[in-house]
Amino acid sequence: MSTLEIRGLEVSVITEKGNIEILRGVDLTIKSGETHAIMGPNGSGKSTLAYSIAGHPKYTITGGSVTLDGANVLDMTVDERAKAGLFLAMQYPVEVPGVSVSNFLRTAATALRGEAPKLRTWVGEVKEAMNALNMDPSFSERNVNEGFSGGEKKRHEIMQLELLKPKMAILDETDSGLDVDALRIVSEGVNRAKAANNLGVLLITHYTRILRYIQPDFVHVFANGRIVEEGGPELADKLEEKGYAEYVGS
Amino acid sequence: MALLTTNYLTPTGREEAWRFTPLKRLGGLHDSSSAILDRKSLVVKGPSLRGVNFSRVSRELLSPQSNSDDVVVQRVHAESSDVAFLEVSPNTKVEEIIHLKRFLEGPLGAELSRVKISIGENSQATVLVENSGLVTLGEDIEIHVGVGAELTFISLQEWETGSIYAARHHAMVDKDAQFTSITVTIGGSLVRILPTVEFLAPNSSAELLGVYFATEGQHFEHRIHVDHGVPRAKSRVNFKGALAGDGAHTVWIGDVFIRSAAEGTDTYELNRNLLLSDGARADSVPNLEIETGEIVGAGHASTTGRFDDEQLFYLMSRGIKVEDARRLVVRGFFAEIISKISDEVVQERLMTRIDDELTKAGA
Repeated sequence: MSTLEIRGLEVSVITEKGNIEILRGVDLTIKSGETHAIMGPNGSGKSTLAYSIAGHPKYTITGGSVTLDGANVLDMTVDERAKAGLFLAMQYPVEVPGVSVSNFLRTAATALRGEAPKLRTWVGEVKEAMNALNMDPSFSERNVNEGFSGGEKKRHEIMQLELLKPKMAILDETDSGLDVDALRIVSEGVNRAKAANNLGVLLITHYTRILRYIQPDFVHVFANGRIVEEGGPELADKLEEKGYAEYVGS
Repeated sequence: MALLTTNYLTPTGREEAWRFTPLKRLGGLHDSSSAILDRKSLVVKGPSLRGVNFSRVSRELLSPQSNSDDVVVQRVHAESSDVAFLEVSPNTKVEEIIHLKRFLEGPLGAELSRVKISIGENSQATVLVENSGLVTLGEDIEIHVGVGAELTFISLQEWETGSIYAARHHAMVDKDAQFTSITVTIGGSLVRILPTVEFLAPNSSAELLGVYFATEGQHFEHRIHVDHGVPRAKSRVNFKGALAGDGAHTVWIGDVFIRSAAEGTDTYELNRNLLLSDGARADSVPNLEIETGEIVGAGHASTTGRFDDEQLFYLMSRGIKVEDARRLVVRGFFAEIISKISDEVVQERLMTRIDDELTKAGA
């Protein structure tokens, strides 16, 4: 049983024009097995929350805390956060030219497990994960994210989620750019990872469509860098109907 | 032992062709200050192959077919006692790699080496030159790729620290012929190579690929010159370099000339440099001169940058330590070109060497 606890998190981006404050005090607690949806309009700071927790160097933490089972996440390097059990499925996964998917996955698994996985079982594991996500075996010979379609990038992210077995996953707009079939396949992958590892999920999305496949326990509305309303799954239905208008501009 | 006494125009360092080169570190190859040994260090490695002949030919019997305004090349032409001649017979497909290497013994001293490689009509071959050891070497390799022939020429600079190598690798590409070169420079103190191409007849093509990795105190210079003087020839240039450590200096010059007769030319050249630490310097100068507008395409690109933070973040977010993430990125950066070397043992050796250099540089 793990707990990711975010308290009063304040985050800025330093630009040439000075500090731009993006997160203005975020409070959120996620436990193993729970799925929290964060919904909000574009520019509300949802992705900043995701990248700040993962440790992207672009963001400066100006206040608050993030802990995983009591350990201070903000003191950890990016790779240490992954080793502690955090995973970020990115909205725009990065191309790494010349590095094959199979080499990348094995290097990551070796780093996270503390030893190289046995080749025989590993090949089977990868094959199974790829099969489950309807991916062609040739995929593992391609370079990481290079020339991938939007759907392939997202499948690749979820394949890593299944293979690397984190405690907490942050899914940053995993639904964006997916057609209905791909959305279903990717969502099933998330649900498998939840079931297999009692995964805690922070699901960041703009639309309610993915919530038909991945059932949230809690829904949080995000606007202007903080959570402005919280509720159960019924809150998503309300957002579907009325949009974000009442939370922004005021 | 011959002494260089000829009156070539000794460069001063102010000339365009020499302005990046630290002349003091050339070991006297460019002036008359070094004693020349008749060393003949280039030898064949491995068994003899059908249709392939390697011999030493007297210089009178095999005069150069191309001129050069480079003073080192001029000295090689004038001073070297004989020519290392590698010949592939016409209509021969050589499946095995033709392996050449350096055999060095005896006293230290400078060497001038003239090499001629001739690929007969409609033949196919891969020539791999493994350069290692401690040398002061001026060299001219003149390559003729015959009508309809295909040659991949791989030149590995894995010289020991202290080595000085100044050379021209000049390809003359005939009608319907294809020339590919892969130039790898990772060892030596001063390496200056002129990979040059001259198209002899239409419908010929050349692809010049290269990687270099300079660490503390190394000067690696590659001056490409592609001369499009005939119609419908195609050229591609892609050199990738990495630098780490104080005083690491690389120079990449990409001169492409499209003369008025060269209608239908298709050319593109690219140089990418990865700066892995402070104190290193990469010069990159693409240069395209066009005398006719009737071409298929002509372009160039040059970039010099540091590690991509987004790539490192992505890899590290999967638990990979920063050193390992950097190693993956650098290996990936070079893999595009190294993977084209058709010898896996050599590929792995080069990648390991690159890993080691990276570790040594602490980058």
